[in-house]
Amino acid sequence: MTEIRLETRALSLRFGALVAVDNVNFKLAAGARHALIGPNGAGKTTFVNLLTGVLQPTHGRVLLGGRDITGETQAARVKLGLARTFQINRLFRGLSVLENVCIAVAERVGAASAMLYPTGRRTDIIDEAMDLLAVLKLADAAGQRIAELPYGRQRLVELAIAIGLRPEVLLLDEPAAGVASAESQVILDAIERLPEHIAVLIIEHDMDVVFRFAGRVTVMVAGTVFAEGTPREIEADPEVREIYLGQPAERAGPKPRQRV
Amino acid sequence: MTAAVSPGGPTGGPVWLDHPAARVLIRRHRLRWWELLPWIAAIGVYFAFPDYLGFGTELLIVILFALSLDIALGYAGIVTLGHAAFFGIGAYTVGLLAFHGIWTEPISGLVLAAIAAAVIGVASGLVLLRTRGLTLLMLTICTMALLGEAANMAHAYTGGFDGLPSLPIAPVLGAFEFNPLYADTQYLYTLAVLLICFVFVRALVYSPFGQSLTGIRENALRMHAIGAPVRGRLVICYAVSAAIAGIAGGLWAQTNAYVNLSVFDLDRSATVLIVLIVGGYGRLYGAFVGAVAYMTLSHFLARIYPTAWQLGLGLMLLLIALFAHNGILGVGEALWRRYGAERAAP
Repeated sequence: MTEIRLETRALSLRFGALVAVDNVNFKLAAGARHALIGPNGAGKTTFVNLLTGVLQPTHGRVLLGGRDITGETQAARVKLGLARTFQINRLFRGLSVLENVCIAVAERVGAASAMLYPTGRRTDIIDEAMDLLAVLKLADAAGQRIAELPYGRQRLVELAIAIGLRPEVLLLDEPAAGVASAESQVILDAIERLPEHIAVLIIEHDMDVVFRFAGRVTVMVAGTVFAEGTPREIEADPEVREIYLGQPAERAGPKPRQRV
Repeated sequence: MTAAVSPGGPTGGPVWLDHPAARVLIRRHRLRWWELLPWIAAIGVYFAFPDYLGFGTELLIVILFALSLDIALGYAGIVTLGHAAFFGIGAYTVGLLAFHGIWTEPISGLVLAAIAAAVIGVASGLVLLRTRGLTLLMLTICTMALLGEAANMAHAYTGGFDGLPSLPIAPVLGAFEFNPLYADTQYLYTLAVLLICFVFVRALVYSPFGQSLTGIRENALRMHAIGAPVRGRLVICYAVSAAIAGIAGGLWAQTNAYVNLSVFDLDRSATVLIVLIVGGYGRLYGAFVGAVAYMTLSHFLARIYPTAWQLGLGLMLLLIALFAHNGILGVGEALWRRYGAERAAP
């Protein structure tokens, strides 16, 4: 029995009559590779925003490492080990790639409110950020400004910032969205090499990606959990096939790789 | 802050510090030779133009005021048209204490002005900085107008519309007579205060705190998502900015030996904003370049064309707005990138 890192209990968000997220009970174990899929407007990103504290639920609880964090701020949740990436890049566009990651690392090690010594003296932070960029094969672009970088590599910086926070739980909101397939390979490789112990929840539309990574899949439809299981179970589920995978035709692409 | 806590690279030690991108960050705060130029020029003015020291003092105060705005606007991206609120608080702190004979020593007077402005900065910042954009802009103007009206209504203490004339200011360090008749003392005193404030601001913008302010300006949502207490940082930044604006206001009251409601003028807030835009915001030296350009231009235009001098200023602003979004320094940087960097490369 592995430890549950992230859990929601009867989590709901209503905007008036509209129910965006409806009574979601969800568990993410340490080291999990879990995919969240569902048609557009199913409430996946809203769910992530509830987990990270961007939005407050109208009902239900969020627990991180067994601790109730429903009332905590975004910042407090990050300090407790919950990090995310965004579906649309949210980077410091005017700054260098290295500086983008340094800002995250400085925040994590608690240096970011220091006023009276120069950033350049914290060579430990700069070195760690460079290490991280090297792992993501971004070291050559470290000095470039984000605005000068191709979109695919910007997605990698998005990932680097999140990893720089050394999270226990990492939420990836369509990490390869909008990236050409050749470039997305680099991103997917990077995700595959994430430290084992991190619990990863990945929102993804590309079913090949889902089957490549995920040990478990949750299907969300209209704000509720429609189905949950191994990729094989999900793929075989006729209702899911009808609603999400479109029609009961054979799925093209590589066979799913099982993780147990 | 404790030093190095992270375990370096996977190899155990720092291995990346020679990388060009890392070197840029490590060296960024180092003093460059040209950074001495403004101070050499300021000393040069003292000897070369003894008749212009009154104007010079006024110019140094505008530089300090613009520098304070640069912290909030240029670095943290706090859009404000009410920065004169803090200038005014500083000026009235010095003015009230001196006029009523409570405190006339100038240096500690500036410290009190800074503290008073910082307190107002925290109090208003806690409310204002929940908003952004146009709402924030309007609220900063409101804060300034409220303070100005308070100074007007409390005329038993503040002299209302007439202000407080003939402020007695004690000699600087107990030795140098201090009033508008001693322009050289005032100039050097103001220059010293500017230097001290500048050293502090320079350290601040190159510190991790300054870097995180830049992060908030560039993408506040991301700063939330990496665990930064965004509003707290903004309030601290606003308070620091207010304190320095308060010092500028205090200097203004001391050197003019009076204070009146004009310190709370919208005009003053707008002028300092224009100065910073002309020079280039978020650049530390934009305040210097902008103030020199704006003040000398308006000074001499007013002499040459006493009736239509603002036309020349208008034209300068038009040119800046059309062709130089990043101000005069921005133009300089672009030219350097195009021509200077080529020559500097081997």
